[in-house]
Order: sequence, then structure tokens, then C-alpha cells
Amino acid sequence: MEQLYRRYGKGLTFMIVSLTAFWLLVLVILPDFKLLEASFRPYLPVVDIGGPKDTYSLGNYAQILGNPVDFSSFGLSFQIPARVKVFVLTIIYSGMVTLIAFLLAYPLCFYLAKVVSNRSLPTLFLLLFVPLWVSEVLRSFAWFIIMTLKGPLNAILMALGAIEKEIRWVDGYSPVVVTLVYAYVLFMVFPIYNSMQSLDNNQLEAAEDLGAPWWRVHWRIVLPHSKPGIASGSVMVFMLSAGSLLVPAIINSTTGNWFTQTIQGIMLEGQDWNTGAAFAFMLLLFCTVAVIAAMRLFRVSLSDIAR
Amino acid sequence: MQLNRKLLGHIYMAAFLLYLMLPLVVMAGAAFNDSKLPTVMPWKGLTSRWFVELWNDNRIWGAILNTVWVALAVVALAVPIGTAGAILVNSVNGRVRGILYGLMVAPILIPGVVIGISTLLFWHQFSIGSGLHLSVLGQVSYIASFVMLLVLARLQSFDHGLEEAALDLGASHAQVMRRILLPHLYPALGAGAAISFFQSIENFNVTLFTRGGADTLTVYVFSKVRTGITPTINALAFLMIMFTLIFAIWYEINRRRKAKIEAARENDARRATALEEAV
Repeated sequence: MEQLYRRYGKGLTFMIVSLTAFWLLVLVILPDFKLLEASFRPYLPVVDIGGPKDTYSLGNYAQILGNPVDFSSFGLSFQIPARVKVFVLTIIYSGMVTLIAFLLAYPLCFYLAKVVSNRSLPTLFLLLFVPLWVSEVLRSFAWFIIMTLKGPLNAILMALGAIEKEIRWVDGYSPVVVTLVYAYVLFMVFPIYNSMQSLDNNQLEAAEDLGAPWWRVHWRIVLPHSKPGIASGSVMVFMLSAGSLLVPAIINSTTGNWFTQTIQGIMLEGQDWNTGAAFAFMLLLFCTVAVIAAMRLFRVSLSDIAR
Repeated sequence: MQLNRKLLGHIYMAAFLLYLMLPLVVMAGAAFNDSKLPTVMPWKGLTSRWFVELWNDNRIWGAILNTVWVALAVVALAVPIGTAGAILVNSVNGRVRGILYGLMVAPILIPGVVIGISTLLFWHQFSIGSGLHLSVLGQVSYIASFVMLLVLARLQSFDHGLEEAALDLGASHAQVMRRILLPHLYPALGAGAAISFFQSIENFNVTLFTRGGADTLTVYVFSKVRTGITPTINALAFLMIMFTLIFAIWYEINRRRKAKIEAARENDARRATALEEAV
């Protein structure tokens, strides 16, 4: 702090501090506090705001508990509220997206970091970047086209004789998962590649010379070494998936609702900003807990994740 | 064995690239199909009418203009804010640094839906209604984090001794900033501006909740997909993919030419030293 003052003088130090303060206070912290505060207030017509009915309560949060539906999982079947179900399923399927993205990315990263020659690396990365530059809305739209009832997927399968009647692909959560994996898999590739790249080739050769089978080389050397990258990629993909609104909304599978779509319905169609705030805060709380849990689990710090 | 594994790797890489590219090809192909729905499979003949319709669609041009304005505003705010944050966090130590860093990185991990709603509610209490100005503020709150990370990484290779030297030689504080620190940060600032611009164009979640009635490109495409899709969106997608590809090819050719020049120069140098030694 004094360093800052000595180098840049009064005016510039003031500017640096106030720009940062504007960012963190006005754009990040205070809006989130407002979100929390608004989430405890009832949804009232304008005239009643600030009146006797405008008291703090947990009413908005309780709204997640209405409307019980059947839920079966792991062979157990019980009744839970519809919105809780959507919340739970969003988390489960986001976890699934993360796992699939990891399984797809890991061999690719190993190939990029350890197998391919250095000369073709820039070209390959450029090719990987191309789909990333095409906007997310269009990438999801591409899968929407592929999976429609009269779309190319059904047409090809029917031409091959694999199926006799068109299959309704856009049903349940699987189309959303497929599209999310496609949209976010590259956010898994780059961090894992980065951490794998710093692994010394001699370690791999030593292990092989000592007779380790390929799977043990991966299990004992490559995997532990790339842990920070895996943690970073997984947190990124999980957060992007759980917070995604664009992908589930474009795929628009009526039996595969995402929690963000619930929030959107309350906010924009119901115009009930207070309940929307309560639900958004629940999502924020969950994400915070999830990031902290992942950091503990992988024993990494925030600076590893944010790289 | 070794060779086999390498072959397997090449095949996997090729399959992965195919997996990334094929959906884009399908989508671009649908732009030329003479069918009311965006699809490729019942091929009803080649047409360019969707491009004509795209050209005549005034709403889309308005949306593109809005998107560019928002992106420029985000760059103008996020770059100075992120840079200031990085300089500040770099000048403190210990616990404060950890907390400050955590606060600055956290917005990246906050779901866009939450940022959008909290921004909307926060400004609403000061009677500032929704609109693209709020979208800008909401986007800056997390895009500044990317700039901060880039600048902070660049600051690690900065020698503060240079600033001390300049001060000792009588430079003013503003000169130290302008002539010493900022030139060192230019690459990071450039990269930060580019990332801010593209992140802003891509943004959907924050914009959806804060935009009021205004369209940006992502929101427009989204609403188009939800209500009455025609292949005009595919025509747009085709143009965007072509644009990206041309840029990528141009970049690759440039890179290869530079690499060649570099190699030639190295070769010359090697030959020169060899000659010297021989003489």
C-alpha cells in the first residue's frame, strides 16, 4: 500500500483504489447483499412496498417446497417437491456433464501434451479454438437441429437401418447433457493440458523401463501430476453447466428442466423478482459450497482454479 | 506397441476434431436448404433466399449494433478496472492479499443468472431501470476478473526497480505509470481487451435479465430459436463460421511465415558462426 503511494503518488493511488472499490463494492458485493435482502421480502404491488405488509420472512424460500411429485432414484421411490427435484437433477446432471467432459478430455490432453510433435501443436490448438469462437448460442442450436425428430441423426440411423421409426431424442435430460458436454468440453481440455505439459517425460520413461503397465503410469504419475488442472477444469465445467440457461432453454426439452429455467420463469414470466432473488441466492449458495468442497477434495487453492 | 499407441492417439485426435466440427457443418449446411425449417436431411434444393432474408432483417442488424456497443463499453470499463485491481492486489501481502484476490476471482464462478438478477435488483432501488447499461455493468463485474488475472500474471515479470530508478532520476508519478509500468503491461492489456470483447459478445445470462426490451445478438438468436425458427439463423451461423475460419487460416499462414523466417535466420546465424570458425 505505501509502496503504491510512493511509486504512483496521491492521485494515481486514489484512482487505483477507487476503481477497485467501485468494482468490488458497487458491482459485486452490494448487489449480492441486495439480492439476499430482497429474497426475504414479499412480492407486493408497488403501493404496498414499504407498507405494513412489507416484512421480512422466509416465504420466498418456502416456495421451493410446494407441489410434490414422484421421484425415484437408486431403486428408491418417494415424493419430493417439483422444484427441489429440478434443483437436485440439475446438480446430478451437471456432475455427469463434468465427468463425461473429463473422460473425453483426458486422452486428448495426454496426446497433446506428450504424444504429438511440437511442430503441429499450434495448428491443432487453432483447430480446437475454432468452435470456441463460434458463439455458444449457435453451438447449442447446431445440436438442436441434429436431434430434432426429422433431423439428420434420425435420418442417418434410418438410412443405415439401425432404427425403424424416428426416435424422439429431445426428451428428458440426455439431450441437454449431450449439448452441454459439447459446449463446455474445451474448458476441461485447456487447464488439464496446461498442467500435464509440465510433467517431465523422463518420469514416464522411468516408469515404463521399470515395467509399469500403461494404466499404472497414468494412475500413479500422470493423473496425480495433472490434479490442479483437473480440479480447475472440473470446477469450471460444473459451474458453467449448473449455471447454464442458454443450452437447456434452446434444447427446450419439456421433461428436462434446468434450475436456471425455473428462475427465469419466476423472474421474467412471473415477474416475481423477490422469489427469483431467493432462488438465485440458493443457486449462489450451492455454487459457493461446491467450489469450497472441490478445493478441499482436490487440495488446491483458488489461484490454481482461476488460472 | 509404441507405434500402435501413437496411431491410436492420432485417430482419437481426428475423431475429436470431427466431433467438434461436424455439428457446425450440419448447421451451416442448413443455411442453403430450401426448406422452411432449419434442417439438412430432407434436402429440398440449393437456395440463397435465407441470406437475402437475413440481409433484410432489420431487427438483427439492430441487435448486432447493440452487441458491439455493449462490448465496446465493457472493454472500456473492464480493462481499467481489472488493471487497477491487479496493481492493487500485487502491492499488498499476506492475509489481505488472499481476501482481495478471492473477492476478485469469485465473480468468474458466480452463475450469470445470479449476476444478472442481483444487478437488476441493486440498481432498481435507485430507480435505474433495466436496459443495456445494466447489462454492461453486470458483465463488467465478472469480465474485469479475467483482465485482472492476465495483468497480474504479467506483473510477475515486472522489475519494480525500474520505477525506483525513474523516480530517482526525477520522473513524475504520472510518467512512471505511463512510460514504465503501462508499456510493460501492453500485451496483457491487449489480450484483456480482446477477451473482454468476446466474453461480452458471448454473454447471455446477465444480458437476459438486465436488458429491458433491447436485443443483443445472443438474445435475439435465442428468441428466434424459441419462436418460429427459419434458416436465417443458419445463414448468420454460416457467415460467422466463415469469418472465424478465414481469421484462423490467416493467423495460421502468418504464424508459419514467421516460423519460416525465424528458422532461416537461425540457419544463417549458424552458418555464419561455422564459417567464422572455419576461417
